[in-house]
Amino acid sequence: MAVSSVPVDLSAAMVMTPTALVDWLIILPVVWCILVGAALMLVRRRVQAHARLAIPALALLVVMNAGLLYHVAVTGPVTMVMGRWLPPFGVAFTVDLTGALFALTAGLVALAGSVAALDDVNGSGRRYGFYPFLMLLMAGVNGAFLTGDLFNLYVWFEVLLISSFGLLVLGSERRQIDGAVKYGFLNLMATTLFLIATGLIYGVFGTLNMADIAIKVQAAPERAPLMTLTALFVLAFGMKAAAFPVNFWLPASYHTPRLVVSALFAGLLTKVGIYALIRVCGMLFPTSLAALSPVLSTIAVLTMLTGVFGALAQTDLRRLLGYLVIAGIGSMLAGIAMGGQGGFGGAVFYALHSIVVMTALYFAAGLAARAGGTASLAVLGGIYRSHPGLAALSLMLFFSVSGLPPFSGFWPKVMLVRTALDGGAFVLAASLLLAGFLTTIATARIFLLAYWRPATDETPPLAVVALPVSVLLPLVGLTALSLGIGLFPEPLLALVRVAAEGLVAPADYIGSVFPDGFPVAIPGGAAP
Amino acid sequence: MEPIFAILVGLFFAVAVYLLLSKFIIRVLLGVAILGNAVNLLIFASGRILRDVPPVIGASLDMSVGPTANPLPQALILTAIVISFSFFSFLLVLSWRAYRVLETDNTDEMRVAEPEGDAPPPLRY
Repeated sequence: MAVSSVPVDLSAAMVMTPTALVDWLIILPVVWCILVGAALMLVRRRVQAHARLAIPALALLVVMNAGLLYHVAVTGPVTMVMGRWLPPFGVAFTVDLTGALFALTAGLVALAGSVAALDDVNGSGRRYGFYPFLMLLMAGVNGAFLTGDLFNLYVWFEVLLISSFGLLVLGSERRQIDGAVKYGFLNLMATTLFLIATGLIYGVFGTLNMADIAIKVQAAPERAPLMTLTALFVLAFGMKAAAFPVNFWLPASYHTPRLVVSALFAGLLTKVGIYALIRVCGMLFPTSLAALSPVLSTIAVLTMLTGVFGALAQTDLRRLLGYLVIAGIGSMLAGIAMGGQGGFGGAVFYALHSIVVMTALYFAAGLAARAGGTASLAVLGGIYRSHPGLAALSLMLFFSVSGLPPFSGFWPKVMLVRTALDGGAFVLAASLLLAGFLTTIATARIFLLAYWRPATDETPPLAVVALPVSVLLPLVGLTALSLGIGLFPEPLLALVRVAAEGLVAPADYIGSVFPDGFPVAIPGGAAP
Repeated sequence: MEPIFAILVGLFFAVAVYLLLSKFIIRVLLGVAILGNAVNLLIFASGRILRDVPPVIGASLDMSVGPTANPLPQALILTAIVISFSFFSFLLVLSWRAYRVLETDNTDEMRVAEPEGDAPPPLRY
């Protein structure tokens, strides 16, 4: 074929300068997780090597994510495009403070989980690939937090979903199969809805790059179906996040897998849904989200109430915690429904707190069940006497999840209630406080029955059970983190404020994707 | 072409939703398979359905002469097909295991994880 005689200016379509070395940090957490996951598959028969490889790898992941957070905090949002194609054509990874904060917290929790799994996941669980699945789950979670492309976000959702299936059925007990059926079908439905909305977005705007969509939404014609798109996204991500009418997969499945798996799911998966809701609906469709605010407020209130009432009605410790996860999701949804810097900031802060505390709570519940020989509140008793240290740790976490000072749950709740009162959303403020109060009752009852009450006749004899150090260590670490955030909230609060500002006025986010400017005026002022 | 396509996609969705609402896992599985195809057709339609002009830009031209079908949605569909196929196979195996282990394919009878008649927690001690 004849070569075109027209001189080709590649710089019109491609990034000509090589990516700066520090910008490789953007993609590194994802690449690292996939590489280590693949390496673990190669040595799948040498089960003993799995933990030895995965735990240092996750520690390194935390270092990477911390470096990324530092980089983003100093320079603002950063972008890397794949294959050097200029955005919006190449798939872009764009990291702002929100994404980096979520990624770092997720990394910390995964590290804690990998250590706790040393004791909790036995030989057969490891032979069936706990650690490879964990690494691939983290690849999906990190990818979802760091990507700047809508279809790419869908792909990461699927990556983390398929790894979560693997983790959920690890062990293949009857209960697990039962839980996995409900979890599997309903979550697949949610991601399919997400895919539908993504396809429609491409049909309407002709782009999948988030920054590009954010610009084009501002200039969208009157009859563009923005409301339909937003509603579809809210439904899809609400289902992922376990929002009220579509949350029944969570209490049906979260108590069935291994303890560590439950803990990681409770910490990570629903928060990915919340993150996507904030990113896509909050940042890309602010106007339609504001119009949907009454609906979201109602959903938030109902989610909080189903969560706390469900928790009050449960006898099984782990099922009870599943409902507390839902109650927390309600609070985050309240923040998203209010919107603005206060609302989004409160939701992001609450999500970060919830990732740490819910994981730690599952660890604590697992240890309590180990010490007492059962997870039933009807039978448990006397743990305070036999394991005072565990009782103290659990009590701290109960305070934290209820939103009482001086723990990490207090500050996001203050932020949310204050935003609600300032904005005149009194029903939301009242529900937030009521949910906190009822959570206090539910957790106080756990403490009263399982820890405080003397051992009952039915309680298996409390021969001094030595609690495994490998679960205690992450539990202490996460509790200390929650206490630390509670005592010194200022640094994180400052970061969250800046992060929320970036979500409300994404000029910097867009500027990092299109550094040479964009034909259309950029929303949020400050053109680059 | 698009109106016919829209009706076809609507039909696919209707059938899928009808099957998904069933109590029996095997029907739900068929619903999932059809739903996946409904979504693929939907994305296909979002990239224009034309087959007269191939989406190829001729030599010494900067852009194509007339409107062509956009190949990007078709690439998206390829990704979505791979993903939905793998999910479908996983769910198929999972359903088979559930049928063997739980001895039912009626979702109403799958109460192992959430047994009926759970006692509420004690109110006092």
